[in-house]
Amino acid sequence: MSFKKFISAATLIAATIVTPAIAGDKIRIATEGAYAPFNMINADGELAGFDVDIANALCEQMKADCKIVAQDWDGIIPGLKARKYDAIIASLSITPERSRVVAFTDHYYSNSLTFVSGKGSTFDPKALKGKVIGAQRATIAGQYLEDHLGDVATVKLYDTQDNAYLDLSSGRLDAILSDKLPAYDWLQSEEGQAFEFRGDKIDIDDKIAIAVRKQDKQLKQRINQALQAIIENGTYEKINAKYFPFSIY
Amino acid sequence: MSWEWDVILEHYPRLLQGAWLTLELVLFSGFVGLMLAIPLALMRVSDRPWIQAIPFAYIFFFRGTPLLIQIFLIYYGASQFSIIKESALWPILREPYWCAIITFALHTAAYIAELLRGAIQSIPKGEIEAARALGMSYPLMLRRIILPRAFGIMMPSYGNEVILMLKGSALASTITLLDLTGMARTIIARTYTPLEIFLAAGVIYLIISALLILLFRILEKRFNRHQHWPNERPKDLDPQH
Repeated sequence: MSFKKFISAATLIAATIVTPAIAGDKIRIATEGAYAPFNMINADGELAGFDVDIANALCEQMKADCKIVAQDWDGIIPGLKARKYDAIIASLSITPERSRVVAFTDHYYSNSLTFVSGKGSTFDPKALKGKVIGAQRATIAGQYLEDHLGDVATVKLYDTQDNAYLDLSSGRLDAILSDKLPAYDWLQSEEGQAFEFRGDKIDIDDKIAIAVRKQDKQLKQRINQALQAIIENGTYEKINAKYFPFSIY
Repeated sequence: MSWEWDVILEHYPRLLQGAWLTLELVLFSGFVGLMLAIPLALMRVSDRPWIQAIPFAYIFFFRGTPLLIQIFLIYYGASQFSIIKESALWPILREPYWCAIITFALHTAAYIAELLRGAIQSIPKGEIEAARALGMSYPLMLRRIILPRAFGIMMPSYGNEVILMLKGSALASTITLLDLTGMARTIIARTYTPLEIFLAAGVIYLIISALLILLFRILEKRFNRHQHWPNERPKDLDPQH
């Protein structure tokens, strides 16, 4: 085989291997549909939310033909590996455990922690001595309280976030520590009217990104480029503003 | 799967701390429950229907609803009313510890009252008639005959009820208390070793149960000592002396 032939054969093989990853510019994307306001099923029965808007904007940027499907949380990573879809845009945090199984793109938003307290209360995140602070058990917020404030304040752990909110309403808690973005959603609700964020957000380096299969390097690169583009051209900012009055990047 | 013994060792002091709270909850609420149960049971055995009706309704409610719902109603439910939050009761009701004690005491009182009622009704008629024949007043009869006899009769099933409450006390963990179960769950949320920690907690529960069973054996012997004397051969009846 001449060298020239070898090159062309190699290109041909490479092309056939790489092409399925782009799948003729048809990209199937999975989301969960049960994590408002990021992904949920709206009154018309369609998938909506921040994740879905980001997915659509990315597809438009990539000029790809996308199909967004709903998938239960438990099976969302196995489904990606089983090629039921090509990417997950479902508010997935980057964790070491997940990184062993899937490849993550650059992050498209960040989660942080924040205190929530009554609008009239004197609670000050800088003076926590003797305060009673709640959080949900087995969450990052709960662990943060135990690790950083366990010696100063009284920490109370709840089975559900709703129970923590109930005790904040009843006055048993001076404040709760929570993921900022879901807490923002609660503050918009009727029960949350009397409460507000207190102090600066606490950065816990929780980055939310899009997951693709490890071998689909080209797709990952395309998504990263598209993500960069929608951030630069202001599309991202517009979507962000639709859900949150502050930047969540 | 790997089994980590050192996780158990490392967290044992915290589990024991939780076990202490569990024991405190069970014994304290058990004592208050018993004190509540006595008047309830006495009202239940009354001849007058209108006196019977009050403990009947009470027992019907507390036996007919799950303990989890009762503890939620008292802890999360009561705090939703501003009347309660502004009342003198709030300093007590805002504390999960007291909410747990109150709920457990009210709950166990209903069961003990029924046990006690059954026990009172199964005291042989002759014994009560004998007390009457001796001219005992009702309070004296209660103190010397009815209650001691009833306690002796109900002791085995009362021990059972205390063991049930020991396990029911795990629900205290749902209202932020770090009892044995609450402590175990909090540790697991950090270490991700549910098998090891729950096994350790289970062993502690077993030990507490065993101690309670032992305690009730002793109490049973004491209350029913009149039934044991032929075997124990009290000295003054022994022909050798």
